[in-house]
This record gives sequence, structure tokens and C-alpha cells, in this order.
Amino acid sequence: MYSRILVLRFPKSVVHKPLVCNLVKEYDLTFNILNAQVLPRREGILVLELYGTRKNFKLGVQYLKDQGVQVQNAEQEIKRDQNSCTHCGACTAVCPTGALSIQRPEMTIEFNQKKCSVCELCVPACPTRVMKVRPKNQTFFD
Amino acid sequence: MKTHKVNKTYAEINEKIRSGKVVVVTAEEMIDIVRDEGPEGAARQVDVVTTGTFSPMCSSGAFINFGQFTPTIKAAKVWLNNVPAYAGLAAVDCYIGATEPCEDDPLNKVPPGEFNYGGGHVIQDLAAGKKVHLEAESYGTDCYPNRSAQKKVDLESLPYAVLCNPRNGYQNYNCAINLTKKTIYTYMGALKPRAGNANYCSAGQLSPLFNDPYYKTIGIGTRIFLGGGVGYVTWHGTQHKPSADRTPGGTPVTPAGTLCVMGDLKGMSADWLRGASMQGYGCSLTVGLGIPIPILNEEMARYTAVSDEEIFTQIVDYGNDYPNGVSKSYGQVSYAELKSGSIQVNGEPTPTVPLSSLVKAREIAAILKDWISRGAFQLGEPQFTLPV
Repeated sequence: MYSRILVLRFPKSVVHKPLVCNLVKEYDLTFNILNAQVLPRREGILVLELYGTRKNFKLGVQYLKDQGVQVQNAEQEIKRDQNSCTHCGACTAVCPTGALSIQRPEMTIEFNQKKCSVCELCVPACPTRVMKVRPKNQTFFD
Repeated sequence: MKTHKVNKTYAEINEKIRSGKVVVVTAEEMIDIVRDEGPEGAARQVDVVTTGTFSPMCSSGAFINFGQFTPTIKAAKVWLNNVPAYAGLAAVDCYIGATEPCEDDPLNKVPPGEFNYGGGHVIQDLAAGKKVHLEAESYGTDCYPNRSAQKKVDLESLPYAVLCNPRNGYQNYNCAINLTKKTIYTYMGALKPRAGNANYCSAGQLSPLFNDPYYKTIGIGTRIFLGGGVGYVTWHGTQHKPSADRTPGGTPVTPAGTLCVMGDLKGMSADWLRGASMQGYGCSLTVGLGIPIPILNEEMARYTAVSDEEIFTQIVDYGNDYPNGVSKSYGQVSYAELKSGSIQVNGEPTPTVPLSSLVKAREIAAILKDWISRGAFQLGEPQFTLPV
């Protein structure tokens, strides 16, 4: 199962069309809507997590694009500013997955991105603010 | 008077520094040397032991003279990058305190506040050579008619900038837990409910005052590593409390001695003066501090060989006890236990979280060792030592 969080932007010209339901009907995808909004100028924004096989996922996204929907990968990741980190350890108090941990006996702070759930708790907990939220590769679908 | 088998003076050690014959080791290296050679052998071999610590130290700040304007001003209120600085001094003098938040900071209105910019960050920006926006307001006098003025300043253009920290280098500090049912945000970091974590803040065996527990060599005029440059111990710090309970080895088991330190900000670096934002608490300054301890005799060799197993602190509840002024310990733990990553609190294993960077503390001790070994840094003999 493949899944990604997407930001879909519907221009005024397509906002009235039933499009997302076709992802289920035609492409065997499922989704979870995280946020939906129609703006005053009738542009619509939909944030959803889309699930399916990798092949269907690609086809579904292509379908949306063909209909004039702008598709953006919304996934984010946490990055550490390696040079600015003072290795104090304050972040390890709040990290729920153990992605931030202390290497002993050196007492350096290790950041294992594979374990990171992007909960963002470390961002304001870091006294020197070296943990940053960054969008993942924006050119994923290009 | 107690007599020692090894006796060295500051002058003799400084002569060795000048001639390049001085033997300098860090406080961590000294542990093994004394274990192998004994205090007397170690004292014959080693002349100076270097220490270091790198932690948020809230009682920090800088005296700044920013030069006159035309027409002249008797600044009554001053802001640096919109952070208020105390200006109840002479015309263009002010003091920027590390914990002062930026004027439009939302503080804890939506708790926990972020406190992204404050006095500590101004000091970091100055040390980094960045331009800082200075604003001054006044009521106008015959000799100083200007009522409002502003300019960009940087460290180079300031006539005078001196770091002056009235309380740094605490000799020991509490290990903080939270026994309430909600997460709390303190100057000791985030504390999860029901003692979910135990936070501590000391470099332990590397920390300056743990290596000279009775301040036998530290006093007014002791030359130190401060913020990447050279500074001095200029007094004992606020809340200096030498009467704290101690182990047989001399190290206090609760917060005890403190230092008032000063140094020219112009010689310092933003690597060792870092603005700190303590979530839900406020702004601060992380200060790099290192003190060289002269091994005048075997007694000093024994003190500087202290290890984390022999240094203890108290577990204190910051949920109920601390805010209510209740002095209660939930157990005494050693820094060796704290550094292991887990301690027992009320019989339950609790993960420990450091707030003081040991990586940076080691780096400071190593830098100081290098300065002294190269002959670039001589010991300052104190005029008198800190109160015991």
C-alpha cells in the first residue's frame, strides 16, 4: 500500500465537478480528507491522504492533473541544522518515537529521520531552534 | 596550617606556561591520572586542569555604551532589536538582560509560548557581528535635548560592550521531575506528567565548581574562558550558597556556589553565546564557560579528579513543590546515573534528559587546554577567593 498526503487546488473552472470520487470509482484508491475549503473567489483547496497501489496512485494523480487540478505533495519532514545543534539534549524529553536520542558515552544527540513521525514537538522544544519543518521533495510529481 | 608535599605557586605555573613546559589536562583526563598515579604523583606531573560547561544561564547580560547622537540624548528607554534594555544609567549606557523578551512577544498568552527572540538573542547577534537596531527615547534636558533617536549598531561600532553575568556556573543544580497529571514547561525544559522524564543541567565531572568545591583557587581575578573569549571571575554570583550539604569529598549535593563573571564581548563569539528559547518559560542565553584550575598541591589534584559517580544532586518536583516553595527531595542521584539515561524515581525507571551540552563542555575544556599549552593564556591569581 502506497500513501501520500496531497494538497489539491481546484481552479474556479473545475471546482463544481465531482472529481475526487472518481479516484475511488475508476482508480481503486481510498482517501482521508484532512482539510477542505472553498475560497471566496471559488478556488477550492483539499488536503487529503491518498492510499492505493503505486500504479493506481500515479494514474489517479494524472487524472486529477488532466482535469486541471493542481497537485502538490504536502508531506513534510523534520530537518536538523547540523552545524547549529549544541547537543544539549532538551529535545529528547519530548520526542515520542526515539528518533532523537543520545549516543553514549559521547553524549552527542543523534537524529534518526527514519524513526521520525513528524509530530513537530521538537521544533519549539529545542532552545536554539535547530529543528525545522520542511516540505519533502516538491518536484515529486513533475 | 596543613602542609602539602607538593607546593606550586601561580607564578611558577605561569612561568611554565611562558616557557612551554606546562602540563595541562582536562578534568576528565585528570580522573584517570589521579587513579593511576595518586594525588601526589598527579600533582607533580600536572600543572593545570581545565574545566568547561555550556548551559542556559539566565543571569547573564551585557553593559553597552552606544555613543552619542546629535543632538545629544539622555536615553531613558532603550530597545535593541525591539528588546528593552535597562537604561537607568548614564546618558548612553544600558544593560541588556538575557531573559528580556522582545517587545511584541505574545509571551504565554497561548501557552506554552515560544519566546523566539530576546536579550540573549541580541547578545548572540552582536557577537556574530550582525547589525542591531537601537532605539532610544528620552524626556529631553538642556544638555541632552534629543527625545527620540535610532541607529544601527554592531559590535565593532559600539564604543563599549562588556558581558556581565551576575550568576553563572552554578555548582550543582536540581534534577527536575513533574508529579502532576499534565505536562509542564519550565526553565528545566518540558516535564511530562507522573515523572515521565527527569531533566538535569550540569556538566558534572567537567563542571568548573565541582572541580574546586571549596573555591580554593577561584576568586576575584581568576582568568577564564567566557563566551569564546577571555573573561574574569569578578565576584561570587547571586544566590552563592557555600553552606550547602556536601559529600565527604566536598562536592555539594544541592545547588551551592555561583560565579559573577565579566569579559569584553568584542573578543567573544556567537558559537559560545547562544540565544535560548525555553518553551513556555522565556528567553535566556546559553553561555560557554571554562575555568583553569591550578594544581598547586595534591589536595587540588584530588579535587579535580572528582568523577560523576561521586557527584550527587536531588530530584525535585517542579509540578507542585517548586512553585509552592516546598523544599523536598524525591531522592539523591549521582551524575553517573543521570548520564546513564535512566534513574529510579519512586521505584520506577525514568528516562533522564540533559539540558547542558557535554559535547560543548568537552570542547571548551579542550580549547582552554590548547590556549594554555600554547602559552596564549596565563592563569590569573585571585585577589581573594570566593566565600566558603
